Amino acid sequence: MFTLPSLTQVIPEMFVLGMGCFILVIDAFISDRLRSISYWLSLASVAATAWLTVTVAQNAGLLTFDDMFVNDSMGNVLKLFTYLVVALTFLYSRSYLKDRSLFKGEFYVLGLFGMLGMMVMISAHNFITIYLGLELLSLSLYAMVALDRDSPVASEAAMKYFVLGAIASGTLLYGMSLLYGVTGTLDLTRLGMHIAESASINISVMLALGFIIVGLCFKLGAVPFHMWLPDVYEGASTPVTMYIGSAPKIAAFALFMRLLVAGLGGLHVEWHVILTVLAILSMGIGSIVAIVQTNLKRLLAYSTISHVGFVLLGILTGTTEGYRAAMFYVVTYVIMSTAAFGMIILLARKGFEADRLEDFKGLNDRSPWFAAMMLTVMFGMAGVPPFVGFFAKLYVLRAVIDIGMWWLALVAVIFALISAYYYLKVVKLMYFDRAPRDAKPIQADYDVRWVLSGNGLAILLLGIMPGPLMALCARVITF
Amino acid sequence: MITLFDFLALSGALFAISVAGIFLNRKNVILLLMCIELMLLAANFNFIAFSRYLNDPAGQIFVFFILTVAAAESAIGLAILVVLFRNHQSINVEDIDSMKG
Repeated sequence: MFTLPSLTQVIPEMFVLGMGCFILVIDAFISDRLRSISYWLSLASVAATAWLTVTVAQNAGLLTFDDMFVNDSMGNVLKLFTYLVVALTFLYSRSYLKDRSLFKGEFYVLGLFGMLGMMVMISAHNFITIYLGLELLSLSLYAMVALDRDSPVASEAAMKYFVLGAIASGTLLYGMSLLYGVTGTLDLTRLGMHIAESASINISVMLALGFIIVGLCFKLGAVPFHMWLPDVYEGASTPVTMYIGSAPKIAAFALFMRLLVAGLGGLHVEWHVILTVLAILSMGIGSIVAIVQTNLKRLLAYSTISHVGFVLLGILTGTTEGYRAAMFYVVTYVIMSTAAFGMIILLARKGFEADRLEDFKGLNDRSPWFAAMMLTVMFGMAGVPPFVGFFAKLYVLRAVIDIGMWWLALVAVIFALISAYYYLKVVKLMYFDRAPRDAKPIQADYDVRWVLSGNGLAILLLGIMPGPLMALCARVITF
Repeated sequence: MITLFDFLALSGALFAISVAGIFLNRKNVILLLMCIELMLLAANFNFIAFSRYLNDPAGQIFVFFILTVAAAESAIGLAILVVLFRNHQSINVEDIDSMKG
């Protein structure tokens, strides 16, 4: 007997899918002059999806599609942050794309489909949904990187991203197939029960765990699986880099929570060790290699790697406190990284990319307000007290100390100090160096200015009052 | 009699060949795409073997999804390859190294 699954749980997903297809068709019929229609429709869809998610969140805690899809409060909160960041990316990128004749419907359609992939990943409760969500996101991202099709670096970055991303998917899939063979189920809850019940850990489970961690860390960008990250960040056009560097991190965090914590929580002793090594390597390589970078996008890529290390610190603790701290870290990091790429878009203009460090020289003389915004972002990322990055690091380190790994916390603090060097270098360039003589005034449109100001102030505000966000993380994570 | 172990050994060998192919190949990007397909097929092999062994159809259904996604993936990969060739006039792996650091 076939019964229709409860579709009310997946209304936001169905809506995004419908709007994505609708915009794709509409976009094919409108002239370049009316291209803004696609843009506004996409923004409206993201906003409407947020509203639908809030509505669906009323009856959180339900499974549908034969337990393949879970609608829980952690997923809903992470989804809302994903929408926020995707909407910010769309808002930031409008004038940038227009100046480079990249203002096409494809960017928005792929952005929406990528968002759908992230939503499915966040709500996945079965290997099939995890894989489908992950691939929908990845395929959209590969295409987005190659969107600037006349740029040699963009196509090179797309190829590298594609090959390494496909290896990651294949590895993850191989790990899943081994787990399926051992446990006989694709469902995460039943997998978790099976793993917790089995007294002895056999070699194939360990092998599967290894494959799955390799696949996940490829996607998240943890060392030693980070090779694609700097090249993709540098090669892709800045709005695409902003998209890749922000929202997918939230989805990757959700994937860690679903697969490692909910599914393989019984193997915590094993993955704890692996993640410790990966976290130390990520923080180390991310902090040290970033020092020599002269390209800001590449620098931010290495900074991402070191932040990923901190997120892994929170996850590896295996305590509820640690997961909460990691979620807080991911959400605040994503907001900061959006603002950082927003600064590059703000300073860029037609025929000029502001992605070298020297482009920031003397920014304070040219625009004190936006220099202050960049200061906020850099201090936030470095973890200087009144800004939000400080509390994010503090919560993670406290969770690590709580499980008695004070040496790991010490290592993390040392690497955080090293990474503060290159953030402060940007601040020094802005405030104490002279602008080059041919520096032009900032020409960005008003929407970019307003959004960036709001984004910067949010970093400051969250830093002064981290309580509500932390309380939210504490409320939704109950593992 | 073919046992489960034989299937697993074959899929393990396929997986190893694909990984070796990706990391040893310095000549042609198309070979990379073929190795990626091989990697997905190795996982498929596992799923089908386990599904038969466990008497559970879920694994075979998963394989249908993987095959579909693999088709989409190779379509995107080839599309990127075309763009790459137009910009670089080459699909040699060693020529794709303009970004370093």
